[in-house]
Amino acid sequence: MEIKFTLNGKEAVVVCEPSLRFIDLLREKLSLTGTKEGCGVGECGACTVIMNGVAVNSCLVLASQVVGSEVLTIEGIANGEELHLLQKNFLQAGAVQCGFCTPGMVLSSYALLQENSNPSEEEIKDAIAGNLCRCTGYKQILDAVKQTAKELNPSAKL
Amino acid sequence: MNKDFSVVGKSLVREDGLEKITGRAMFADDYKFDGMLHSAMLRIPATHAAINSIDFSAVINNPSVKAIITSQDVPASKKIGIIKNDQPVFCDEKVVTPGDVLAMILGEDENELRELVKSIKVDYTALPTLTNPAKALEETALLIHPEFGTNLICHHPLHKGDVEKGFADSDEILEQVYTTQTIEHAYIEPEAVIALPIDNGGVKIIGSIQNPFSARRIVCNVLNLPPEKVHVVQAQLGGSFGGKDDNMCMLSSRATVAALKAKCPVKIRYTREESILESYKRHPYILKYKVGFSKSGKIKAMKIDLLADGGAYCSMSPFVTWRSVVQATGPYAIENVHTDVRAVYTNNPYTGAMRGFGSPQPIFAQESIMDEIAVRVGITPDEIRRRNGLKLGSVTSTGQTLRDHDVNLIPVLDKACAFTNFASKWNEYKNKQEELNGYIFDQPIFKDEQFIQPEKLIKKGIGLAVSFRGCSLGAEGLDQSSCFVSIQPDGKIVMLSGLAENGQGLRMTLIMSAAEVLGVSSEKITFLESDTSKMDDSGPTVASRGTLMGAAAAKNACDLLLEKLENVVRVEFKVDDSDFISFRENLVLSRKKGAITKFDDVVKLASQKGIDLSVIGRYKSPDVSWDEHSGQGDAYFTYVYGCQVAEVSVNTGTGEVYLNKITAVHDPGTVINRLGAIGQVYGGVTQGSGYGILEEVTSEDGMIRELNFDQYLIPTAKDIDEIKPLFLEGEEKYGAWGAKSLGEPTLELGAAAIANAVCNALGKRFYNLPLNLEEVLLGRKLRPQDLKRGSL
Ligand code: FES
Ligand code: FES
Repeated sequence: MEIKFTLNGKEAVVVCEPSLRFIDLLREKLSLTGTKEGCGVGECGACTVIMNGVAVNSCLVLASQVVGSEVLTIEGIANGEELHLLQKNFLQAGAVQCGFCTPGMVLSSYALLQENSNPSEEEIKDAIAGNLCRCTGYKQILDAVKQTAKELNPSAKL
Repeated sequence: MNKDFSVVGKSLVREDGLEKITGRAMFADDYKFDGMLHSAMLRIPATHAAINSIDFSAVINNPSVKAIITSQDVPASKKIGIIKNDQPVFCDEKVVTPGDVLAMILGEDENELRELVKSIKVDYTALPTLTNPAKALEETALLIHPEFGTNLICHHPLHKGDVEKGFADSDEILEQVYTTQTIEHAYIEPEAVIALPIDNGGVKIIGSIQNPFSARRIVCNVLNLPPEKVHVVQAQLGGSFGGKDDNMCMLSSRATVAALKAKCPVKIRYTREESILESYKRHPYILKYKVGFSKSGKIKAMKIDLLADGGAYCSMSPFVTWRSVVQATGPYAIENVHTDVRAVYTNNPYTGAMRGFGSPQPIFAQESIMDEIAVRVGITPDEIRRRNGLKLGSVTSTGQTLRDHDVNLIPVLDKACAFTNFASKWNEYKNKQEELNGYIFDQPIFKDEQFIQPEKLIKKGIGLAVSFRGCSLGAEGLDQSSCFVSIQPDGKIVMLSGLAENGQGLRMTLIMSAAEVLGVSSEKITFLESDTSKMDDSGPTVASRGTLMGAAAAKNACDLLLEKLENVVRVEFKVDDSDFISFRENLVLSRKKGAITKFDDVVKLASQKGIDLSVIGRYKSPDVSWDEHSGQGDAYFTYVYGCQVAEVSVNTGTGEVYLNKITAVHDPGTVINRLGAIGQVYGGVTQGSGYGILEEVTSEDGMIRELNFDQYLIPTAKDIDEIKPLFLEGEEKYGAWGAKSLGEPTLELGAAAIANAVCNALGKRFYNLPLNLEEVLLGRKLRPQDLKRGSL
């Protein structure tokens, strides 16, 4: 089956089985290995990508479901070599240790900030509750998201 | 900070951050090679079984299966182990635990292989199983490895003074039994490795490997290859926490056997289920404590018996339990101590190294019993620790007199108590323990005031735990490290360390140490890809020794370079011996002349003169000593101290423990990268909390129930409200500027502090980890086989 969709702002066409998991399509067919697999059952969030503005677990999405949609992966967050504010703040805050959960964390937070540029601490926790991190204890990730919200929205309540 | 540092102690962004934040960082499974084959493992659903025969006829002629690999393909050592060779690369006679692998098949399509492997028929006879470690040493127990003649993996005894006399001198004696559970490392990246045959008949291995040198040693043994033919390269490691060692030696061995047979690159990658099924875990312990004490709460004698379930293989059990024997009394000066620590074989999943390494278990027991004694003698928990805690000049249970370092136990305790207002909160919550008593349960409710208000169900508690922890390997083994530093003619600097970056940020710590000595900005320094063929073995990156040993070697290397550069400056710029030269902010300064030149220009001069600016710095730890029979000796050359305070809310209706705040006070000597150090605390405290209230790998007749994150629950962003790291820094003579250990101390205290806090809230003590809902509510663990159909 021909899978046509928009990936990180560009048109992408892949020919594959309609039942191929989207994560495999990204990693194997397109060599976009920034999307990670930690569990394969929708529990860890390492495979998070943004589909039509919503953070989804790409291990639970099949290729055929992606047709015609707009997808953003970690490779599409920065503007060329210029990091997105969220990425800069992740680094500054020390939110990256081993880095395996990082792409998923960035995308879940990105989707949240698109929806709600002024989230409360609870809202941030809710947004990343589906992303497991074994290294950081989450605190510096929360700091990074708060800081980004503050910079994006100077009147933020945080 | 007690020194005028320019880089050390700052918060700097890690050098690999950019790659990781953009998704470009290459983890093991991200590598692909032309002609690479995938693999699938053959296992049987048995815990203990004799293998009669394996019938490969269903796959042997299948064109999708490119090769079948079994024990017969293993050219040299068929069994491996970091300490003892007891784990078969491929089982051919029997399996002793469900993760065991009998064979593996290779092919291009991994999903297809995973289906095909199920069609292989194995004829096996199930054998009786031994899953209760308490029965492992009974006369009639079946033997897991009959060739050893016993299920005992190791026994570490310790005798100091005379415990019987100590008990006779005591006013009161308290005896308790505690248990701790098996847990999973739960690194978010599952295991992956690729072996690539190279022209000289050797192999290059790229993998999620914690200790590349251990992997090399074991692959060499399995393949009978000399070390120069085995290059092990560590890919970006997606978390390890001690958990990607033995298993990665195993996977590296299997992949290499396969790659050399098939003559093409072979990748093994595990699903989460396979990872949890086969990888080793944290040892569950049964801990018996008998403590004699005086009316004033002075501990007179402690008799301790610890039993660790080593599971099916030895792995690191002897070292894990050795740390336990050294630290089992906790950080208390006790005259009379008798300790026995044993690890035994069972058919359970095997257990080995995990962050904490034999300390979280005894800390839970020892800190629980100290609190219980405090209540009995009528003092607060902090006070009993002040009365018994180790101070400068105290003698530990191994007979070691503590000197030559800051014995910071009481300072960390005081700092934590002052910060949290510990004693007054503890007394306040203790007085409220009985508050629900006005209600009469099990009676019909007629009046409004008889209803329990939901907020009345929530009880608050505060608890603390303290520890001392021996730094680095101690008497476990030779303790040295090396670091290569080379200044290029353009002034850029490259480094290599024999210690591994496991995601903890070690490289940045080493870069900052080098930047500090050489007086350059850290952007000038890059790390080369670590490869076992380029660097000396620096021992394993374990035991929170990375910063202590690694930064010390880096500093020594840079000190050597500095001396060379300084000579050039003295000659070229005519600085006489009475003047003092320093390197700072990419400049070279003299006390008399001020800024003389730039770092880069000195380097240029030096290289024009043909001076070699590449050096290897080394650090060897001071000597330690140990007597195996008495358990006496100077076990570690220095110690760190920690105190964590947990503040919790317990829902007495559901048994839920909510973590409001954890205050963590540690004394890591000198903090090198503050951002990294704080991250270690947050991460360690969170893991420790998971151990305390959530996590448990349970098994039924050796079969693990929780094979993925839908059942094995680790803390999420919503599980802990606040974590407050506090550091007590001080001057130390060991390591680089006295930078010691932090990674493991942060994890070991949480469960004990939480258990004490829950007890403070409820007035009820818990002896079995984790304090999950059923433990808190019912005082026991619910297991599926406990349940009769549909009801309790
Ligand atoms: S891999 Fe998709 S949620 Fe874990
Ligand atoms: S940084 Fe390692 S899992 Fe999050």
